[in-house]
Amino acid sequence: MSPLVKRKRERITIPNRYILLILSIVCVVLMILSFSTNILSTPLNTMSGYVLVPFQKGLNAVGTSLIDRAQNLKTLEEVTNENEELKKQIEDLTRDNTLLQQDKYELTKLRELYELDAEYEQYDKIGARIIARDSGNWYSDFIIDKGTNDGISVDCNVIAGSGLVGRVTDVGPNYAKVISIISDNSNTSGMTLSTGDNLIVTGSLKLMDIGVIEYSQLADPDDQVGVGDKVVTSNISDKYLQGILIGYIDSINTDSNNLTKSGTLIPVVDFRHLEEVLVITELKNVPSVYGD
Amino acid sequence: MFRLFTGIRIMYVLVTFFFMFISFLLQSTLLSRFTIGDITPNLLLITVSAVGLLLGRRFGMISGFIGGLIVDIFFGRILGLYALLYMLTGYINGVFRKVLFPGDFKLPLALIVGSDLAFCHACYILMFFLKGDFHYVFYLTKIILPEVIYTTIIAIFYFPLIKYVIDRIQYHEQKVEETVE
Repeated sequence: MSPLVKRKRERITIPNRYILLILSIVCVVLMILSFSTNILSTPLNTMSGYVLVPFQKGLNAVGTSLIDRAQNLKTLEEVTNENEELKKQIEDLTRDNTLLQQDKYELTKLRELYELDAEYEQYDKIGARIIARDSGNWYSDFIIDKGTNDGISVDCNVIAGSGLVGRVTDVGPNYAKVISIISDNSNTSGMTLSTGDNLIVTGSLKLMDIGVIEYSQLADPDDQVGVGDKVVTSNISDKYLQGILIGYIDSINTDSNNLTKSGTLIPVVDFRHLEEVLVITELKNVPSVYGD
Repeated sequence: MFRLFTGIRIMYVLVTFFFMFISFLLQSTLLSRFTIGDITPNLLLITVSAVGLLLGRRFGMISGFIGGLIVDIFFGRILGLYALLYMLTGYINGVFRKVLFPGDFKLPLALIVGSDLAFCHACYILMFFLKGDFHYVFYLTKIILPEVIYTTIIAIFYFPLIKYVIDRIQYHEQKVEETVE
């Protein structure tokens, strides 16, 4: 083909503004579709899961080793100073330990009463590692390295150590997206352990800064709930299994309606340094009457 | 559209994808672990902005659309929201390609700062303001400004890198054309 012939062929070009318009419409359609259905999520999740998750896993491993390296670089001087301090601490601790051992008897008795410990152990759990965090700064959601292949499904509860972290909202074959309870706009139905009063725990970006989260709608007419009371997931929640510890009450204020109370609570999980979580593969059985 | 896949353009497409891939991965893994004041810089926005500025509106908006869609799939509450925002960022940056002088560094940096400011404000308005959360000053000082500053500092190093790679391709292509002639 000579250059002359080539030049005669008309180039089919679509003006940029039309492409912009078409893609904008695609975006809006996607938004509407994702609001009403979730037909798109499965193929997209599978595809992106296989392409990106292996890389995220790798880079996450690099990050972990870098943190380890940085910790090793502590100077010898610091370590020796620390050693002296620690020796002093050991003396104090041995004294405390004897006292604590007595408390421990009491604790095991109380645990038996609440049957909290036993209840946690009943559930089937699998460990998972956090491999990616929200790329923006608005929410504190994250991605874990286990998915449907490991038996995780949407709405599985996620815990770490002794407390609730959040729940799975989206799942691919080899990864799952977890929305944490401290994320802005996420609500959890909780109850106080001592009195069994229900309340709503709401994540908030504003309060996350000072390490607390909000709760509201606590009906406690007799002022029985006090600062330091345990808050666990409630029996009426349709997503969370009952009795998972959320945190301790930090402050209580009476609302202007004089009927309910609200305030802040301190979560038991250290969300800032979360690296590994446990996923409860069992889902809460809610009667189908309340379905949809 | 069809010219996208001929000659030099295929190189641009590959380079664009490479940078977006790296940006998203770094942003969601390493950079969100080594945060400064719990803030992650928006690398993807730098890439989309740079691609728009250096390669034009079409590249900017398509790369923004794809990059935004990936963010949506992994972290979005609604599919398509970030895709729309990143796409507009790429398109608007592409408009400024005509007024960019080869050695100019102030305009790209100003555009990245402006893009990030606009992007953060759009996020705040769409996800918080419309929900009835009017603590604008809090979000401005705690999230938006730190992110813009952090992103700008990263952009000072990251933008020249992207520019260098794209310049190399252009230079190489010109050399090939000269030898053919």
